[in-house]
Amino acid sequence: MSNISAPNSSLVLVQKAVKQLRLEASVRRIKVSQAAAELKTFCLQNAQKDPLLTGVPSSDNPFRPPKSCILL
Amino acid sequence: MAAEKAEMDVLKKECDGLRTQIEAARKAVNDGNMTSAAGSATEVGRVQLKLRKSLKGHLAKIYSMHWSSDSRSMISASQDGKLLVWDTHTGNKLVAVPLKSAWVMSVAFAPSGNLVASGGLDNMCTVSNIKAASPKTLRELDAHTGYLSCCRFLSDTEILTASGDTTCCLWDLETGKQKIIFTNHIGDCMSLALSMDENTFVSGACDSLAKLWDLREGTCKQTFSGHTSDINAIQFFPNGNAFVTGSDDCSCKMYDLRSDQEVITYQDGSLNAGVTSVSLSNSGRLVFAGYDDFNCHIWDSLKGEKVGVLSGHDNRVSCTGVPADGMGVCTGSWDSFLKLWN
Repeated sequence: MSNISAPNSSLVLVQKAVKQLRLEASVRRIKVSQAAAELKTFCLQNAQKDPLLTGVPSSDNPFRPPKSCILL
Repeated sequence: MAAEKAEMDVLKKECDGLRTQIEAARKAVNDGNMTSAAGSATEVGRVQLKLRKSLKGHLAKIYSMHWSSDSRSMISASQDGKLLVWDTHTGNKLVAVPLKSAWVMSVAFAPSGNLVASGGLDNMCTVSNIKAASPKTLRELDAHTGYLSCCRFLSDTEILTASGDTTCCLWDLETGKQKIIFTNHIGDCMSLALSMDENTFVSGACDSLAKLWDLREGTCKQTFSGHTSDINAIQFFPNGNAFVTGSDDCSCKMYDLRSDQEVITYQDGSLNAGVTSVSLSNSGRLVFAGYDDFNCHIWDSLKGEKVGVLSGHDNRVSCTGVPADGMGVCTGSWDSFLKLWN
């Protein structure tokens, strides 16, 4: 047993590191192929709702007001 | 002393063992990558977005921008000492918030649209009410011992900050006090992103690591490595199970939370500039990455190919953002302009 009254800070740091690594080691991991497949499915399922993919029609473009016709 | 040294040695050995165990566990599930999974997906083709507006008003480098949840207002921060709130549909400036300290590095809009937050080399996060007749400082959150690199509101009563002091912090805006301090990074924290359910967040730091945190418990749940230099930017993929990072090592990476590792890297031999910012289109298919080479390059997130570029800035692109409705992308630059593209 340690007979030093104040906690040794390097010891405390290593103890914290062990605790953290134990936590991270306990994570349940799924296969990368499954994770990638699900990400791909999400992209494809939402493609039609992605204006930057489908394009924004000029009439509906919020950043570009429709040109108005002036009759002289 | 000898007993302590012996204990240290045992613990260090345990650390090494755990690290090896984690690497082995990651390898065991690494049965493929994104490019192979994406093989059957149709190509996106060349993405050619047009410049719709150039917002002129700042007098110095723009460091940060953030969309309002209404997808119409947007706030930008410049080292000219001002925050500007823009109506992106008309291009008009709605509000100007003068800053006590001009060295701003981050700005954020609260989801309600009532509050904004900013901070930088003053080590503080200043929260202001912009719905008052003239912008009113509500709180000065002062406890970080390093610069404020990023801030994000959870609501009008809670805000998350990332700092050069290597910590992230959750603050209570009603009391102005720190609720939880997130410590584990060993380098300046540069960026953070909140999960949609607000139970977790991810952070990127100068230690080249990204970390996933439990917002309520204050614990670091997972650590993601792979980058070889500072991570400057981080954003969640829209389904919440992955996130994208941008780094000084000139690459972006997508990490999946559930397989606990990197699934694809976005890099190109001809791109030798650091990545400053990342944002994703609504389906997650497109990654908009701002670079030091004055451009924002567009990547196909599934196939890992460059599919477009937003060129027009005359200096480093420092920030990018896609609004909630996904209708466009905004880029901000050290050239003092913000540009809107779709």
